[in-house]
Amino acid sequence: MSDDSKGSTQTVAPAEPSSSDHRKPSAKEKSWADKTLRPTLAKNPERQAEFTTVSGYPIQRLYTPADLTGWDPDRDLGFPGEPPYTRGIHSTMHRGRLWTMRQFAGFGAAEDTNQRFRYLLSQGQTGLSTAFDLPTLMGYDSDHPLSEGEVGKCGVAISSLADMEVLFDKIPLANVTTSMTINSPAAVIWAMYLAVAEKQGADWKKISGTLQNDILKEYIAQKEYIYPPEPSMRLVIDTFEFGVKNTPKFNTISISGYHIREAGSTAIQELAFTLRDGLEYVEWGMRRGLDVDEFVPQLSFFFNAHNDFFEEIAKYRAARRIWHKAMVERYKSQNPRSWALRFHTQTAGCSLTAQQPYNNVVRTAIQALAAVLGGTQSLHTNSLDEAWALPTEFAATIALRTQQIIAHETGVANTVDALGGSYFVETLTNEVERGAWDYIEKIDALGGMVAAIERGYPQREISEASYRYQVAVDKKEKIIVGVNDFVTKEKPLDILQIDETVAVRQGERLRKLRAERSSDEVARRLNALRKAAQGSENLMPHIFDAVKSYATLGEICDAMREVFGTYEEIAIT
Amino acid sequence: MPEKKIRVLIAKPGLDGHDRGAKIIARALRDAGMEVIYTGLRQTPEMIASAAVQEDVDVIGLSILSGAHNTLCPQLMSLLHDKGMNDVTVVLGGIIPEADIPALKKVGIAEIFLPGTSTQDIVTFIHKRIAH
Repeated sequence: MSDDSKGSTQTVAPAEPSSSDHRKPSAKEKSWADKTLRPTLAKNPERQAEFTTVSGYPIQRLYTPADLTGWDPDRDLGFPGEPPYTRGIHSTMHRGRLWTMRQFAGFGAAEDTNQRFRYLLSQGQTGLSTAFDLPTLMGYDSDHPLSEGEVGKCGVAISSLADMEVLFDKIPLANVTTSMTINSPAAVIWAMYLAVAEKQGADWKKISGTLQNDILKEYIAQKEYIYPPEPSMRLVIDTFEFGVKNTPKFNTISISGYHIREAGSTAIQELAFTLRDGLEYVEWGMRRGLDVDEFVPQLSFFFNAHNDFFEEIAKYRAARRIWHKAMVERYKSQNPRSWALRFHTQTAGCSLTAQQPYNNVVRTAIQALAAVLGGTQSLHTNSLDEAWALPTEFAATIALRTQQIIAHETGVANTVDALGGSYFVETLTNEVERGAWDYIEKIDALGGMVAAIERGYPQREISEASYRYQVAVDKKEKIIVGVNDFVTKEKPLDILQIDETVAVRQGERLRKLRAERSSDEVARRLNALRKAAQGSENLMPHIFDAVKSYATLGEICDAMREVFGTYEEIAIT
Repeated sequence: MPEKKIRVLIAKPGLDGHDRGAKIIARALRDAGMEVIYTGLRQTPEMIASAAVQEDVDVIGLSILSGAHNTLCPQLMSLLHDKGMNDVTVVLGGIIPEADIPALKKVGIAEIFLPGTSTQDIVTFIHKRIAH
């Protein structure tokens, strides 16, 4: 803490925690408060008048059985692998199988990322995760005028099936699970992936991986949307329907709180908006006529791991409990595979500092530990240099090693839900859950998430929280080491630079592709897609056909732009 | 007579949608008494230059996190020059490698604010710069 905040500290009476009016401390606790605590506080006031999480949520001095009045371990905690899944979705959790170490990677052209993928696999990484560049995320080819300056910068540039073939060259898709962070054009990129799998002879029924495909959080937070909500949701449900029939082991969506948190939300908002997004997808799927217990087992989740250790752990535990309750009570699900919330975690990019970047290794390790203790199924740890650029191989290796140290050296994977039964963790889990349900009910009352988004409700809530946090940092009410306290001068890091030759290479590859493919066939298949988009049939088979004729991502997305139109948000500041 | 408010255009050029920083700066500058216009997402340099002329702003604040700054900033600066907006102060915030800073300053970006900058530092910079 800085000296400023020490100076403003006030003595607080040892009152009972404010959060629980019906809290009934034991005689022993009362006696402690009177005889031990009160004289201590009189002599040595606490460092701050109020202690809060990184989200601004109040934290009490001490948690005791009095905070868990009415809490029933059999009902509220249960056992791992059983409802309400507070302790995890598998009975043996990380004793049975460690989480998947899945480092997000992608930069330059397909051959550059292919090389990084093969390096990461050779270093003991157990799954792949693909980052696409901004033109790809927005459904533009690398040679589109709006792509200028952006090709290969934030991820790998993929404009056609030809690029995808290079991306997964010599990587057996039958054995490796791949996550793809793509949203608005998710159906198109997935079709390319399935086409590569088919060419490799991998059985669609057996391949596994995850498509992010979460358009709702794009409108809410990350803002990489193309079409308006209605047709975008149709495309998502098309992939659900296609997945149930053709790729039963593939996660057709990764319902993401990560970006919501990165946009500045609190932990409770991240949890609430993500799960309400999940419920929205379930409802749209049911409206399509899909059977809940057929498609919901293919839905997965993705959360952030921020700095506030216990708040994060409480968030993951509460998430599982909420999902189970919603599936059983709201949708009368009969299949336990629909009840168990499976999730990926990424450490918080927004918590990384450009200043003293090596400190980021420590932040990331602690965040990763929270994800593991919270029962994550897979994990990405950020690299120390990511406040400056995409990671170098050196930085990416340390990030992977961080997970391996947690898995093999710390002992935290030796038991299931190590923190279960902690007065603090159980109370916080209850409170975070309650806070999330309040938001979920508010969004229900607005008519669901699509309606809430159209009214700017989640966007405004996040914006407010993000500004509150910035003000707290500017006033040094929240300390960020190396940024607003403990500041030193440092010399710049060696970082990864992506040059413009990637755009040139991509441009040449596209020119060659357009010259060599059958343009009649491409036109015919794009027309078929356009026509189907005007009707109501599932678009996946048409997209797959177009992809296989080497129609480009931009051409396919344009065909749908012509029918669906594009979306512009009303900017809220 | 009341002092004329400093007019600022906050702009998000390029394809990136990460607008947390742009929105925080817009609000902080407004709280500091400036007149702030936010362009919204995915503005081309042409759109930003036109908006700057139309709104007659004193300052343009760009937010770029995607790595496209070396392409987008020189384009914007040359368009502003063509439109005779030589007095406008252009500042940039976002994920900008230190090695890129000298070239950005050379094309006329007045200041580059890196992650971790306090909003007060940005307000102070603008006040000083516009007072001159």
